[in-house]
Amino acid sequence: MLAAKPIKLINEDGLRVDGRKPNELRPLKLEVGVLDKADGSAYVEQGKNKILVAVYGPREAHPRHMGLPDRAVLRCRYHMAPFSTEERRSPAPSRRDIELSKVIREALEPAVISEMYPRTTIDVFIEVLQSDGGTRCAGITGASLALADAGIPMKDLVVACAAGKVDGKIVVDLCDLEDKYGEADLPIALMPAFNALTLIQMDGLLTLNEFYEALNMAKEACKIIYERQKQALKSKYYQIKELIETEGEK
Amino acid sequence: MSSTPNLTPITKIERKNLIELLNNGKRLDGRGLTDYRSFTIEKNVIEKANGSAQIKLGKTKVMVGIKVEVGEPFSDTPDEGVLMVNAELVPLASPTFEPGPPDENAIELARVVDRGLRESKALDLKKLCIKEGEKVFIVFVDIYVLDYDGNLIDASAMAALTALLTAKIKAYEIKNGELIYKNEFIPLPIQNYPIPVTFVKINNTLLVDPSIEEERVMDARLTLTIDKDGKICAIQKGGLKELTLNEIEKAVNIAVEKSSENRNKILEALNWEEQKR
Amino acid sequence: MTLFVEKRSIVVPGEVLAEGKYILGANTYLKNGKIYASKLGLFDFTQDKLMVVPFKGAYIPNVNDQVIGKIIDVGLFGWIVDIASPYEALLPASEIQDKRSKIKIDLTKILDLGDLILAKVAAFDRTRDPLLTIKEEGLGRITSGKIVEIPPTKIPRLIGKKGSMINMLKKETECEIYVGQNGVVLVSGKNPFNENLAIEAINKIAAEAHTQGLTDRIKEMIKKRREEYAGGKTN
Repeated sequence: MLAAKPIKLINEDGLRVDGRKPNELRPLKLEVGVLDKADGSAYVEQGKNKILVAVYGPREAHPRHMGLPDRAVLRCRYHMAPFSTEERRSPAPSRRDIELSKVIREALEPAVISEMYPRTTIDVFIEVLQSDGGTRCAGITGASLALADAGIPMKDLVVACAAGKVDGKIVVDLCDLEDKYGEADLPIALMPAFNALTLIQMDGLLTLNEFYEALNMAKEACKIIYERQKQALKSKYYQIKELIETEGEK
Repeated sequence: MSSTPNLTPITKIERKNLIELLNNGKRLDGRGLTDYRSFTIEKNVIEKANGSAQIKLGKTKVMVGIKVEVGEPFSDTPDEGVLMVNAELVPLASPTFEPGPPDENAIELARVVDRGLRESKALDLKKLCIKEGEKVFIVFVDIYVLDYDGNLIDASAMAALTALLTAKIKAYEIKNGELIYKNEFIPLPIQNYPIPVTFVKINNTLLVDPSIEEERVMDARLTLTIDKDGKICAIQKGGLKELTLNEIEKAVNIAVEKSSENRNKILEALNWEEQKR
Repeated sequence: MTLFVEKRSIVVPGEVLAEGKYILGANTYLKNGKIYASKLGLFDFTQDKLMVVPFKGAYIPNVNDQVIGKIIDVGLFGWIVDIASPYEALLPASEIQDKRSKIKIDLTKILDLGDLILAKVAAFDRTRDPLLTIKEEGLGRITSGKIVEIPPTKIPRLIGKKGSMINMLKKETECEIYVGQNGVVLVSGKNPFNENLAIEAINKIAAEAHTQGLTDRIKEMIKKRREEYAGGKTN
């Protein structure tokens, strides 16, 4: 059953279909080191999105000729579970999955210091367990956490978020309904330490002014999520540190 | 799974020369940073297709064929025709293209061209409905790359637009729920003319319409598709390195100008009059 | 010269550590005059050298590292050894046979698939796989003991300043402990209790490597286990 278009994506009080204000992010939960076998892992919940990311590597490139002589090969797979969407989807990679795997990899490449590990591969696996719009952004945010968790050297964390236009208004962090029935969707990924964009895509129709407004909104949202990423990475070790050091004092 | 591509490295000397030239605002083929290579688009090259065009952009050659068939609409848009864009990087076009199903580059190419056409509503899909919920026209836009010398996105999109503008389908009417063809031809309902402008960034310099050598050494690639009213209808960044916000702003301004130039070239060559609809 | 972060605080990739003329130690890099962390770990510095001690990371061999590896393939020219690194290692046949000798030796009779060896990294550069040697005293096939694997980034903590932690551990558990820089550790004791004690201690050190007062806590733990054992509470 496909959700029908809601009559209004923004109601009289200026609130969106899920009650948010135009510049409000969905509730966000970030967890690091959730899988046992992966070298690094992370779990992201953003609104109804549930995304699991695992990183394996650096590991030996197999077969040998798959490797590059002067840097690690970054491999990225974006995949959606068959039960992740309203209607069940085939597990076979769709054209969208293939494009997203590419743009996500290219969003992470500028950050990973791949020259440290020639002739190896660093694998990033993104599994969307439940999808509600903005999964490529949540996937990138999670992938950065998983890469950092795995001890892969990076210039900066990469953080991603989308902005867009819905019922004529510029809004941030679009949910699935807004993405489907809105007028524009602009996902971006950022390395905040250098104000550098590693991903930018747009589909929809925007005037130049609307474009800059949306770009700014997405950028500000990224900065907020960046702080949460840092917290998520540090808190795992803080907890152990504090627990142990205070216990030791007893 | 997407993997870092294994590109044959360019020699240090070649790279150094290219960058030195760029620092002086010049490119290997003598062009300025915002100059397109000269291009020609031949229309109606494949008579058996409803529409077709072949573009030569520098040495890049792309052929686009349009086939229109009758079929069922998608369940969430029962009153709209269907647009399907596919691209093939056929092996004869480049020593680097392998036979097989479309790879991530072919898929990205098709989806970016599709986005430009779809989001600008270039093809008025509502006018392609024959019987709501049952029968609509399906427009297949097939991009066939014949010779790869850089900038497939712009070449493919401009050829696709030309092919759509010059395509012909049999005129028809609906009698008692039946589709009856008449003995004349009508064009497809086109109402917008999206034109992508693709840049590459090499060592902090932005260049328009990259040649294959420039794509080999690029840090990043940015495509901005602009419609007839100067609105942005698609953006796609590619490549292994980052872009700054300044570079994006710069690119947007150049794209608005260049897309307009190229749009006019195409429409003038076709003696296009918007009132013709 | 300004430091933006306190010693022993947890830093993430992209975090600004300092500005000014510092020496760049492990897992730091310089950009536009600022020094950034490139890995998740603990910030540390000595005099004017900055570094980040990472929590996790792959083992990249260094020449002269002692490693413990597993034979995973036997070829004509030597053995392929898994040293828990992204790079497979090679132990050349010349290690046990004179190159000029015409006698063909069946290499599997010397070291077979699945054997463990204590070896040293003889050569390694980024263009080819690491080369091992077992010619030194004490190196060679491992015949007894228990293996424990910890992240290679924890090995320095396991060894301690001037060997303080590892020597304490050997003494308190009465075990011989061979530490591979690649995170693989061999424990050999008089009885299983001692060996398991050593293994538990090693795992605890790895889990709490980034905390203070660890040496004392390990000593405490060992003492407690011995008391429990003596009281018949554990096997």
